[in-house]
Amino acid sequence: MNTAVLALEDGTVFEGTSFGAPVERTGEVVFNTAITGYQEVFTDPSYSGQIVVLTYPQIGNYGANDGDSESAKPYIEGLVVREFSLLSSNWRADETAQQFLTTAGVPVISGIDTRRLVRHLRSRGVMRGVLSAAGSSKKEPDARELIEKARNSPSMTGLDLATRVSTPAVYAWDKPAGPCSPSDLESDPAQIRFHVVAYDFGMKRNILRRLVHAGCRLTVVPATTSAEDVVALKPDGVFLSNGPGDPEPLTHQAAQVRKLVGKVPIFGICLGHQVLGLALGGKTYKLKFGHRGANHPVINKLSGKVEITSHNHGFAVDPDSLNLNDLEITHVNLNDGTLEGFRHRNYPVFCVQYHPEAAPGPHDSRYLFDEFMNLMETGGWPARP
Amino acid sequence: MPRRNDLHRILIVGSGPIVIGQACEFDYSGAQACKALRAEGYEVVLINSNPATIMTDPELADRTYVEPLTVEYAEEVIRRERPDALLSTVGGQTGLNLSVALAEAGVLEKYGVELIGAKLDSIKKAEDRLLFKDAMRKIGLDLPQSQLVNSVDKGLEFALRIGYPVILRPSFTLGGTGGGIAYNREEAEEILERGLDLSPVHEVLIEESVLGWKEFELEVMRDLADNCIIVCSIENFDPMGVHTGDSITVAPAQTLTDREYQMMRDAAIACLREIGVDTGGSNVQFAIDPKTGRMVIVEMNPRVSRSSALASKATGFPIAKIAAKLAVGYRLDEIKNDITRKTPACFEPTIDYVVVKIPRWQFEKFPGAEPVLGTQMKSVGEVMAIGRTFKQALGKGLRSLETGKADGAGKFFDDLIEARLITPNPDRLGYIRHAFSRGYTEEQVHELTSIDPWFLRQVREIVDLEKSIAMIKPESVTRAQLIEAKRDGISDSHLARVWNATPMEIREKRKALGVQAVFNRVDTCAAEFESFTPYLYSSYESECEADVSSRKKIMILGSGPNRIGQGIEFDYCCCHASFALQEFGVESIMVNCNPETVSTDYDTSDRLYFEPLTLEEVLNICDTEKPDGVIVQFGGQTPLTLAIPLKEAGVPIIGTDPADIDLAEDRKLFGKLLDDLKIPSPDNGSATNVEEACEIARSIGYPVLVRPSYVLGGRAMVIAYDEDTVRRYMQEAVTFSQSRPVLVDRFLEDATEVDVDALADTTGAVLIAGIMEHIEEAGVHSGDSSCVLPATSLAPDVVATIRSHTEKLARALNVIGLMNVQYAVKDGKVYVLEVNPRASRTVPYVSKATGVLLPKIAVGVMLGRRIADFTDARGVLDVRQYFVKSPVFPFNKFPGVDPTLGPEMRSTGEVMGVGENFGEAFAKAQVSAGTPLPDRGRVFISVNDRDKPGAVALAQRFHELGFEIAATRGTAAAIRAAGIAAKTVFKVNEGRPNAVDLLKAGSLDLVIYTATSGAHAFSDEKTIRKNAVAYRVPCITTMSGARASAEAVASRRRDPVRVWSLQEIHGAAATAKSSRGI
Repeated sequence: MNTAVLALEDGTVFEGTSFGAPVERTGEVVFNTAITGYQEVFTDPSYSGQIVVLTYPQIGNYGANDGDSESAKPYIEGLVVREFSLLSSNWRADETAQQFLTTAGVPVISGIDTRRLVRHLRSRGVMRGVLSAAGSSKKEPDARELIEKARNSPSMTGLDLATRVSTPAVYAWDKPAGPCSPSDLESDPAQIRFHVVAYDFGMKRNILRRLVHAGCRLTVVPATTSAEDVVALKPDGVFLSNGPGDPEPLTHQAAQVRKLVGKVPIFGICLGHQVLGLALGGKTYKLKFGHRGANHPVINKLSGKVEITSHNHGFAVDPDSLNLNDLEITHVNLNDGTLEGFRHRNYPVFCVQYHPEAAPGPHDSRYLFDEFMNLMETGGWPARP
Repeated sequence: MPRRNDLHRILIVGSGPIVIGQACEFDYSGAQACKALRAEGYEVVLINSNPATIMTDPELADRTYVEPLTVEYAEEVIRRERPDALLSTVGGQTGLNLSVALAEAGVLEKYGVELIGAKLDSIKKAEDRLLFKDAMRKIGLDLPQSQLVNSVDKGLEFALRIGYPVILRPSFTLGGTGGGIAYNREEAEEILERGLDLSPVHEVLIEESVLGWKEFELEVMRDLADNCIIVCSIENFDPMGVHTGDSITVAPAQTLTDREYQMMRDAAIACLREIGVDTGGSNVQFAIDPKTGRMVIVEMNPRVSRSSALASKATGFPIAKIAAKLAVGYRLDEIKNDITRKTPACFEPTIDYVVVKIPRWQFEKFPGAEPVLGTQMKSVGEVMAIGRTFKQALGKGLRSLETGKADGAGKFFDDLIEARLITPNPDRLGYIRHAFSRGYTEEQVHELTSIDPWFLRQVREIVDLEKSIAMIKPESVTRAQLIEAKRDGISDSHLARVWNATPMEIREKRKALGVQAVFNRVDTCAAEFESFTPYLYSSYESECEADVSSRKKIMILGSGPNRIGQGIEFDYCCCHASFALQEFGVESIMVNCNPETVSTDYDTSDRLYFEPLTLEEVLNICDTEKPDGVIVQFGGQTPLTLAIPLKEAGVPIIGTDPADIDLAEDRKLFGKLLDDLKIPSPDNGSATNVEEACEIARSIGYPVLVRPSYVLGGRAMVIAYDEDTVRRYMQEAVTFSQSRPVLVDRFLEDATEVDVDALADTTGAVLIAGIMEHIEEAGVHSGDSSCVLPATSLAPDVVATIRSHTEKLARALNVIGLMNVQYAVKDGKVYVLEVNPRASRTVPYVSKATGVLLPKIAVGVMLGRRIADFTDARGVLDVRQYFVKSPVFPFNKFPGVDPTLGPEMRSTGEVMGVGENFGEAFAKAQVSAGTPLPDRGRVFISVNDRDKPGAVALAQRFHELGFEIAATRGTAAAIRAAGIAAKTVFKVNEGRPNAVDLLKAGSLDLVIYTATSGAHAFSDEKTIRKNAVAYRVPCITTMSGARASAEAVASRRRDPVRVWSLQEIHGAAATAKSSRGI
């Protein structure tokens, strides 16, 4: 058993056992409270630049499988767990979580008191850290050195990671969501009716799958694509994806989106929601420790119903910064009142901060994909009764 | 949607006596519902026949009826109280069934009572297998394939189509007789032929087998606005084939990917919507084929359940409380999460620990029943353990069981490994461990058990770690090694055993190395938000969240898993101790590991430690909390066994001194004390070897009662009529030692037994709370005997003697708090059988009957107050009605077991009947116990020679009451000789039709069958008694019980159906009195 060390910028150090790749990585240390869905978390590009602590203590139990990845590879910088299973037990597993992360070069620290770490982050806020799982070949990692490295690493605030993880080239996507078991209640995919151009800021595959499932043909474009180039693709709708990092530096993207508002129906998720907020004159801010989990209650102000939702965001749009003459708040987090969704009163534009595509998480908010289809169908909001 | 203002008065139906499959989890849910609804300003009317529950405390409802849960009596309650609504979903299956029966009988409609929680058609859809199947098919959910067939050919054809093995269930046979599992065509043919023959409608259900599939459960809540949440997922360690109640279960699910989990979540919510559970909690069970991932829905319960109690404790989300609020119109997002205070209850709890539930079985109490687990639940209780990892939780769970073999010290046999792995049984986990230690691979064990490889890996790693620890020299153990062991759930006592030390030495070593337990919080949110509820579990992490207060604090040790002889009654006492402490302004700290109980509700005490009741864990808590006192006298035997070691470790025990408690158990010292006090007891002695035991028996004369010391519930107690029995008992049935001798007592035949509960304070004042006269004669365990308050046949001088003895004993033993004394009265002489200076099983019953909360006063006196501060009563407490307590037995779950009563306790629960006369109270108790006595028909009497004279009088009484008399030859002759008509019935071996034939044909309505010689019952008798149980004909095995039954029958013919609430019995005066002196 090799030792691994997690050092935080405030000087807190955790020592544990090293798994995964024997490397050292730096990132913002954040925690996710979902019990299931670690593979989706590993592969969600929104986690780039982040070392992820999973609060559920038994991780790796069901291995990893080809169908559950949210992108081509893991994006997390490192993984922090209480106990890491080297055995995988599930009929869909292709490999163990250990193999999956080792191949991808992701280090894992296991056996540490993750609850203490989470309580620490909860009270002090997320912070930078270094995870050193450098292995036996090298000397024991020096904690002081690691703390120093953490302090010298770039801060998440002001960082444009979306452009970095975005696709370099345009591509098409046509695969719908499929069942994971012969007993899955997944409906058959709808007929393809619309062409949607999706801005890739670090897009999760399940968004693509759900859009196809709902009836879209997709053209995925890089984060730097101009509004003119998007319009030239003659889309029925534009989708703004999730992604990592601070939304504020994405001034170019916000400008493009502003040009598209009113021209074409727009749907944004997560970072896409924040970019829309910025494009429509709002401001964003960093949350103390973010929302990362699969159990957040969000109320839909239009229907009055509560959805249990999947979250992964460290920043949020300030509702006080929005012009409520033009915009209408549609979704609010019941835990802390965070803005979770809004729509334009005059144009077919809406977005949510959380993840209706789930993966991981509950499916309560899938209806939003159908709403996007309706919007493209009708071109505007139905009249209010 | 706020609360409904059109409802004012709500009837809650409880679940009745504790039986296998329905235990105190429904006291927990019912009590929560009562509290929640009253807090919302509703008037609550409650009906429950179980007096040992917290929910039937008069303080919890506006009107509390301890009355039978039948349509007849419930209608009377409804007629008197006119509730607006009936909450059907918090009283288990019993509550649900009664609600349905009331609806179907038109009672609800007649009195305009609305069913809330679950509607009639939803209940039916969920409960009726065919309706359920159709409903699930309709929404696209998969079920095991099945078909009803009425020919062997059709059956074989279908079996071929779905593939073997198949499950066969003949329609309408009793208890599933004639069914089975067929692994091939030959077996299917055989079972089909037999099953079709046995089925009165010539029909067999063939079902696809899902044996060995992975089993899961989701706890779902839904509100009127269709908001749905999953409170908890549970994965069973034991795959399909073992009843969930008999499975080791784990929360949350461990081996599902998010996609599979979400698929299950969608299915569970779709199920609730289709069944139409508008509000409240339900549990939905699934099975998954581990090879293909195919998922079938197994069943759903449209009510709170055992699993929902577990889920509530596992997550800190109070399902029953929230369900009650949803039932009166609230939405989930309108209710706050108690624990975080800031966030709403409309969310899905997430946990950062692992919870393991392990059942507790007691097959040893039912000789003749095979210790095999299947689809019928057999366990009598359960424990839950919380750990940061599965391994830690499993280790804690195993030692919470108190089986004495927690640390793998049980006896295992190599040649039994495969058999014990293949067929599920109570020792299976032990055998899995044993198999690993003998070199079996995970694959081999999986092959034999079908248990998920992930679980097996965990168990194997524990076994490996134990092996490697055994290799370490204790002197050279490092801090890291110790931490690893503790983090993986290995106990100090295990380390002590392998390192040849005492657990206290290990504890010292551990502390010297800085390896100390810390406490983490159950907070519903994996530390994402601050928690305001000190609901704690121990771990060996690096940060302690106990955040102890500086208030004066008292710790209460609970009673651990329910078992026969130690169950809800002790939890009742512990809860009241806690309530009383809070009332007295003292912080209450509860320690317990039983997830079914009210005591482990985070709302009950100021602080809750969900921990095993072992010396190690209790001392760890004491290290952190430093309580001003610890109460050990309320939790039954469990805390008492810890009392002396705790005291030795410097923990302040309050109340009666552990040394005095111990003295009452010590034969020699106690014998001397009785001599000094000049209180007679049956001749006795204690033996530490076979010859000594025989010698004592000879000198005091047969029959004798032999039993081990330090047991509760008459475990392994027998009445011996000859030396052979004593010899055999000493050789086979009991383990004994110098420090744990076997006790031999003269057995007083035909004596009347009396139970006394009393309170004593530091000034020497003694208050006798109840003198309970047993209905069965001495020899039947007090827990298995019906008893009555007030005593009906004791002469005033006998009562005076009992009172005087009790007072002397209490003073001599320096009792501070509660005391229970058992007496036998024979020929006017009062003998002391046993003294227990602690809370007894009868405390809740006496509290209900007298209207005086005994545990509260007990806590008061432990804190230094006087009894007189609480009540003006002196001497013996007054009782205003007749209150009969009757036991409830699990014999129907253990076919093949003789249901006769004896010194070994076998009842799982109790009921109380209230009446204006003894007969009425006894009749109602029997109705509540599920063995209602007939008011007409034919009584069958067969008694031994000694009882013949009594039998004649009995026959006379039944004859007067209009019964026909049937009797076996000898008894019939005696009855006829007295001029009463009696039909002679053959014994089983005398010809046909015999008594069993008549039973089966339904032509006997009551059986009175006393044992022939006490020592060995003949097989004939056993057969008749067993069949009486199987055909649900009341069967009485003692003469005194038979006489009581005659009185009950007379009452049924004479008295109208009437009910009384505890509030009206005890009146306003009693309520005022009980709140005095606070």
